[in-house]
Amino acid sequence: MNIILISILTMGGLGLFFAAILAIAFEKLKVEENPMVEKVLNALPGLNCGACGYTGCHDFAEKIVAQGSLDNLRCPPGGSAVVEDLSEILGISADEPIKRRAVVKCGGSTSLARDRAEYAGIQTCVAAELVGGGPKACTYGCLGFGDCAKACPFDALYIGKDGLAHVVFEKCTACGLCVTACPRKIIELIPCSNQIIVNCSSTDRCSLVREVCKVGCIGCKICERTAPGVYVVEDTLARVVFEKGDAAAEPAIVKCPTKCIVKL
Amino acid sequence: MELLIIFISASIVNNFVLSYFLGICPFLGVSNKLEKAVSMGLATTFVMVLAAMVTWLINNLILIPFNLPFLQYVSFIIVIASLVQFVEMFIRKTSPALYRALGIFLPLITTNCAILGLALMSVLREYSFIQSLVFGLAAGLGFTLALCIMAGIREELELAPIPEPFKGAPITLIIAGLLALAFMGFAGLITG
Repeated sequence: MNIILISILTMGGLGLFFAAILAIAFEKLKVEENPMVEKVLNALPGLNCGACGYTGCHDFAEKIVAQGSLDNLRCPPGGSAVVEDLSEILGISADEPIKRRAVVKCGGSTSLARDRAEYAGIQTCVAAELVGGGPKACTYGCLGFGDCAKACPFDALYIGKDGLAHVVFEKCTACGLCVTACPRKIIELIPCSNQIIVNCSSTDRCSLVREVCKVGCIGCKICERTAPGVYVVEDTLARVVFEKGDAAAEPAIVKCPTKCIVKL
Repeated sequence: MELLIIFISASIVNNFVLSYFLGICPFLGVSNKLEKAVSMGLATTFVMVLAAMVTWLINNLILIPFNLPFLQYVSFIIVIASLVQFVEMFIRKTSPALYRALGIFLPLITTNCAILGLALMSVLREYSFIQSLVFGLAAGLGFTLALCIMAGIREELELAPIPEPFKGAPITLIIAGLLALAFMGFAGLITG
C-alpha cells in the first residue's frame, strides 16, 4: 500500500515539476507571431489538405501574409468564399477564381467496355496497372479499384455498380488529390460552369478503341466539324474547349457516333 | 582514462546507431542534407546530455532512495518528453530556420529510442554522475557522426547513376547496412 502511495506521489511530483518548467519556458520563450498570420489562418478552411502546394494551412497563411496578395496562390477547398474573406483581411480586391470540380473521363462501364483478363491481385488501381496494364482491355479506361476514392479526403468519389469512379459534385472541392492518385491520369479538374465533356481518355486509334469499348472516342472529328473551335481533336481524342461554354458544345452530343460526349 | 574509454566506446565502438541500431528513424529521415544532419545531431546530443544528467539525478536521488526502480521507464519517458518540448521551444525562439528544417523530426526526438536507451543503459551499468554525463555526450556525438557520414554519402548519391529500382529508400538501407558492417571493424578495440 505504502509503495503505491509513494509511487503515485513521486510520479505526480515529477509530472508537476516538469509541467511547471514547461509552463515557464512557454511564457519565456514565446515566439511573437505576426497577428495577420493568425487572422488569415482563421479564414482558411483548416483542412491541411496541401492542395495549395504548401505544407498545411499555417504555411500557406505565412506565404499569403509575406506576399501581401493572392497572386498565384490558390485554396481549392475554400473556393470563392475564402478568397473574399482573405481579400477583406488583406485589404485588396481579388478576381474570382474559376471554381472547379473533378470529373473521371471514362464511360467504359463493365457492360460497355471489354475485360481482357481476370485480375485477382492486390485490389488497387496502381497494383492492377502494374500487372501488364490491368484487367481492362482498354489501357486508358477507369480500372475501378477506387484509388481515387481512397485518396479523397471529402468522400466525394465512389465506385459505382458499373465499375467506374463517380464524383459527387456537391462534395468535391477540387483539391486535386484524386488527379494524382489515379495511375491512368484520367481525372481532370474542369470548371463548374461546364456540363459537357468528352467522356473518354483513350488516344488509341479508331479500330483499337472500337475493339475494346463501345463508348470510346474514335477521333472521327464529327464534333470538330459540328462545332468548330469548341472541340479539338488531338491524337484521335476529342476534348472540349471549356471557355466556349455549354451552349456551343450542345449540338455535338447527338452527332457523336459512339455517344462519348455526355452531359454531366 | 576510464572516462576516455567510455567516450570512445559509446561514440565509435558501440555507436548507438550503427551497432545498437537505436535511433534509426532520424538516421534515415534527416540524413539527406549534411547541414540538416549536423543540426539534428547536435539537437539530439543536447537532449542526450540533459537526459543523462536529469535521469541520473532522478534515479539516484528519488527512485533508489524510495526503492522504486520499477518507475525508471515511466519517469525517464516523462523526463525525455519534457526535455524535447523544452528544446523545441528553445530552437523555435532562437533559430526559426533550423526549427523549420528539422520539422517533424524535432518532436520525434521524444520517441527516439536512442535517448531512452541511453538513460536505461547508464542505469544498468551503474555509472557515476560524471560518467553518465560523458556517456550521454559520447552517445550524442556518435549519433551525430553516424548521421553526418550518412548525409555525406547520400549527397554524393544524388549524382550517382543508381539503377532505377534501387533509387530512394532501398539504396539508403543498403548503405546503412554497409556502414554498420564498417563500424563492426571497431569491435574489439575496446570491450565494454
